[in-house]
Amino acid sequence: MNEASTALCFLCILLAPLATAGLALINAGLIRSRSAAHSMLSSLGAVAIGAGVFFVWGFALQGSSGGPAHTVWIGGKPWDLLAAAPMFLRGVALDGSPTSMAILLETIAVGLAVLIPLGAGAERWRFGASCASAVVLAGGVWPLFAHWSWSGGWLAQLGLNYGLGRGFVDAGGAGTIHVVGGLTALSVAWILGPRRGRYALHGMPTAIPGHNAVFVLFGCFLAWVGWIGLNAAGAMLFAGVEPGRVVLVAINTTLAAAGGALAVVAITRVRFGKPDASLSANGWVGGLVACSAGAAFMTPIAAMVTGIVAGALVIFAVELLELRLSVDDPAGAVSVHAVGGVWGLVALGMFGHFPMAGGGGDQWVAQMVGVATLVGFVLPLTYGANKLLSRIVPYRVGVEGERQGLDLFELGAGAYPDFVTHRDEFGQR
Amino acid sequence: MKLAGFLLLLAGWGLVLSAVILLASPAPRAAFVMAGMAVETLGLVLTIRTHVLPRGEKERT
Repeated sequence: MNEASTALCFLCILLAPLATAGLALINAGLIRSRSAAHSMLSSLGAVAIGAGVFFVWGFALQGSSGGPAHTVWIGGKPWDLLAAAPMFLRGVALDGSPTSMAILLETIAVGLAVLIPLGAGAERWRFGASCASAVVLAGGVWPLFAHWSWSGGWLAQLGLNYGLGRGFVDAGGAGTIHVVGGLTALSVAWILGPRRGRYALHGMPTAIPGHNAVFVLFGCFLAWVGWIGLNAAGAMLFAGVEPGRVVLVAINTTLAAAGGALAVVAITRVRFGKPDASLSANGWVGGLVACSAGAAFMTPIAAMVTGIVAGALVIFAVELLELRLSVDDPAGAVSVHAVGGVWGLVALGMFGHFPMAGGGGDQWVAQMVGVATLVGFVLPLTYGANKLLSRIVPYRVGVEGERQGLDLFELGAGAYPDFVTHRDEFGQR
Repeated sequence: MKLAGFLLLLAGWGLVLSAVILLASPAPRAAFVMAGMAVETLGLVLTIRTHVLPRGEKERT
């Protein structure tokens, strides 16, 4: 990288925390006011833990492309399974080199990944338990998969070793950040169970609307800017895209988000007579998530189609999880991040064009291997780790905690002390 | 049942990895990768079904 490219990459990385801020606002806005401060503090705590754990030992497991690694030979081919980098970033030159820039982006990205499960566990997940779960995710599950996909691990080497296109490509983290976070969110939602009062009458779900649609929609705007930075920096650092394609990445990111939101607005308008604000926000973020994998490798039309399909999938997944599968996911984290991310990885295999050597041909097979790894390995791993952890650290607050709201119960003060509560939202309606 | 679901997920992943390692021809490899994903889908369905709350339990929540 020359100096101009380094400066551009650094600027893009500096935008990435806005994605985290946007998601935190969306999570807080989609729950009841009685747990809003708890949600924001949990987000801040998770991001802090993610950064800290990544610094202490996460990077040692993830490593960097071309760095020391534990490799086994299978069928005469090297399988790079785990990094062997030093803890505490010892010996790593943080000097503006591509490796140091990648470390900076990963420190931010791990915060985004650990934030995602908070949306699924909102209003019933203890603060201490969510912090402990963040340690497991940031220090175990995330670095493992990130090494395989971003740091020259066996998934990234599928092209080199087995002729599968360019190997598994996930420049902006559709799988590495969002599917990993989304599958952890699903595990957490399963372990916690639904909020009290969620399935009240004859097993039918009771609507528990979020308390602040403005937070949710403003969070979408913040996330948009952050995603452009994340996708652009990821494309340069993890997919070797030349800096000139940053414009394409920004356009595709915007079009995918627009497609996702417009699809949801249109579908909810037709089905319910009025557009649904919270679902539309989920469609927007679903589009952003879906384009993360391949914003640098798609045409704008393909990016928009990817976003539109993501929006439709988000609505379908939200309804399926809520109505049929009893998964209480207040922020739609599973639908947006896991489903949207998987679709994004598949869409790259379908629509991706690679200007550099490799690509095409069996690229879709490489993407499928990545999806299979996420569903077949990461889901059991993250579920097992969280289930085990829940035996040690109780995950769910008691009945009184849910009745009071987590702000008062765990923090001792509400997010909006001037508000007067007119009626108890806890009871059946 | 839950354990069986997770085992099917792992088995499907194993099938996908085996296809990548053992098969060199593109068509059979792609077919076995898809077969592995089908097994994973079965495992996912089984895992999800074990987590669906029975109606009586839903009413208590």
